Amino acid sequence: MRALLVMSLGAIVIALAVWAYAENYRTQASIDRVERLHRDIAAAQARMAVLKAEWAYLNRPDRLLDLAELNFLTLELLPLAPEQFGMIEQIPYPRPERLLVTDPIELMAPSETGEGEYP
Amino acid sequence: MTRIPLRPLARILGAREAGENPDLIEQENIRQRHEVMRDKARDMAEGRLLVLALVFLTGFVMIGARMTTLAVSEPSEPRAAASASRIVGQRADIVDREGRVLATNFDTHSLYAHPRDLIDPAGSVAALLGIFPDLDGDQLLKDLTGKRKFVWVKRRISPEQKQAVHDIGDPGLLFGPREMRLYPNGPLAAHILGGASYGKEGVHSAEVIGVAGVEKHFDDWLRDPANDGAPLALSIDLSVQAASERVLNGGMKLFNAKGAASVLMDVHTGEVISLVSLPDFDPNERPRPLTAEHKGDQSDSPLFNRAVQGVYELGSAFKIFTAAQAMELGLVNADTQVNTQGPLRWGRFKIGEFQGKNYGPTLSVSKIIEKSSNIGTARLAQQIGNTRQKEFMDALGFLTPTTLEVSEAKTGRPLFPSNWSELSAMTISYGHGISTSPLHLAAGYASLLNGGFKVEPTLLKQRGPRMGARIVSSDVSASARQMLRGVVTEGTASFGDVKGYAVGGKTGTADKPRTNGGGYYDDRTITTFASVFPAHSPRYVLVVTFDEAVETSGTEPRRSAGWTAVPVAAELIRRVAPLLGLRPTIEPADPQGIVLTSSD
Repeated sequence: MRALLVMSLGAIVIALAVWAYAENYRTQASIDRVERLHRDIAAAQARMAVLKAEWAYLNRPDRLLDLAELNFLTLELLPLAPEQFGMIEQIPYPRPERLLVTDPIELMAPSETGEGEYP
Repeated sequence: MTRIPLRPLARILGAREAGENPDLIEQENIRQRHEVMRDKARDMAEGRLLVLALVFLTGFVMIGARMTTLAVSEPSEPRAAASASRIVGQRADIVDREGRVLATNFDTHSLYAHPRDLIDPAGSVAALLGIFPDLDGDQLLKDLTGKRKFVWVKRRISPEQKQAVHDIGDPGLLFGPREMRLYPNGPLAAHILGGASYGKEGVHSAEVIGVAGVEKHFDDWLRDPANDGAPLALSIDLSVQAASERVLNGGMKLFNAKGAASVLMDVHTGEVISLVSLPDFDPNERPRPLTAEHKGDQSDSPLFNRAVQGVYELGSAFKIFTAAQAMELGLVNADTQVNTQGPLRWGRFKIGEFQGKNYGPTLSVSKIIEKSSNIGTARLAQQIGNTRQKEFMDALGFLTPTTLEVSEAKTGRPLFPSNWSELSAMTISYGHGISTSPLHLAAGYASLLNGGFKVEPTLLKQRGPRMGARIVSSDVSASARQMLRGVVTEGTASFGDVKGYAVGGKTGTADKPRTNGGGYYDDRTITTFASVFPAHSPRYVLVVTFDEAVETSGTEPRRSAGWTAVPVAAELIRRVAPLLGLRPTIEPADPQGIVLTSSD
């Protein structure tokens, strides 16, 4: 009985030791992964900063104005003017949808010569 | 170990023969045996004690050593936690009110050399000259072949240049990372942003410090890692700023002016939406300030911020303050007739009207503003008195530098007579004898016209109105706005009307003082138009100023504000108001039969 207790205790200790060992290495691996991710994030942020700067550079008002003038024939862009503000009242109501005519009635006006068919 | 028998036969027999008691021998032997056993047991116990002592000693030493290392080592967080917090070492970005980038950082490289590691200094210098034609080849060769261990070749190089230097392949040429401040919009808002340069320089990094404008004023904030990369949001609107610069530049070219400035400001919050000073510069390549050898006036340098630093006599645009104060004090109302019979003599000094005009014996206060009568305004100033006028000017902020958040603001110190005599009061009433910046004027107009609350100009984006102390009552503010509207509809600023935006404003034309002292030029003027729109429910104040503008379409050159600053301001409002989201409105008709109205 006593031997069994000792043996089972020993087994538990060994199992716990194996678990702690594995856990330790998993923690180390996780920390490494976190650090790698942080490095990746930092690199991505640096890249994003460059892209943002490039976006701002490509969208600078001077350049956009030049482009608008270069492409005036196709885009016809002009500076925003006060007249371009509309009122909601200026928008017409949508036209009622035309009904589909299923049995058309043929109508023909009499021609000048007097010929013509009446239905 | 030999075991000694307890009763050795030989000795027993010998003792028996001698008649001794053999038991004594046995007892003697037992005693000896016990002694041996006792010694053994003691040795063992001592050994155990020793082992125990060693164990304890080791334990204590280990604990002590651990405590010592903990005590002497730097405190540090656990590894996993430490890597989770990111420290932002970069200078913060600057963005406009919509979040568009005005200033950001860019990673570039610097180029330096270790001359001892150079294999072929002469060849490398020749190759470097091919990449950087602006280098001084002889000096560089001297540096690289001399005794120096470290030589800076180029502080900032582009990735293409870096690759080209890399291709030279000399191991003595080395690169260091270098952060660079980038202003992607070029010269846009240059005077606001200022510029940046390098402070302390090392091989692996360099300190970027602001040298002017917002960059200098907020230098500490921009460099503070505690902000965690949050950008600095200005009140500037990028597209409005771009449109303003373009319109103003066009006006400056058209009127052949030496310089121009404009300030567009929100009347309720004091936010500066656009602030232009021309000529301008590119903050990416900030020019050097003029040195003594140039013998030039600092105000001719493109670095000079005319809107903030330049103090000018802004002329008749000040008349509305005199009229408003007279109304606020209850001396007059908008329809009170004032004696305008000229010329007005004060000692040996004579006050006349612009270009020697005569507006008849009396004018109402509204008409004085509308026609811009110097005599009428001076008479109002006489009634107000010099002490009260000075107090009012001080309350509006005309006697102290503005608190705008650029480093140049404190140099824009207004000039006014130290002895505020009655004569000074009369000239100051129509804007002569006091020099302020266009920004002062904009802030003064905003404070007077927003309903009468003091506003401080600011470059930071605000969340809501920031109204200070009351300057004038809302009634006075409303009638001041009506008078200004009258100037545009019927008075000197008739070119200033923009359909749908009910512009109200006041022109100001002042002759420039001679630089060598003594008198004024008669062919050089500072023309100003200070305006508010829409006049019936004010949103923005715009001040446009030209330096030496001249309009030449007529038979003789015209230098008055009505012909120069006003049409440009009108065009500016036409362009900018839609960008600000202002929808054209129909002006409310004059109230008929209503005695008292208030706009707010």
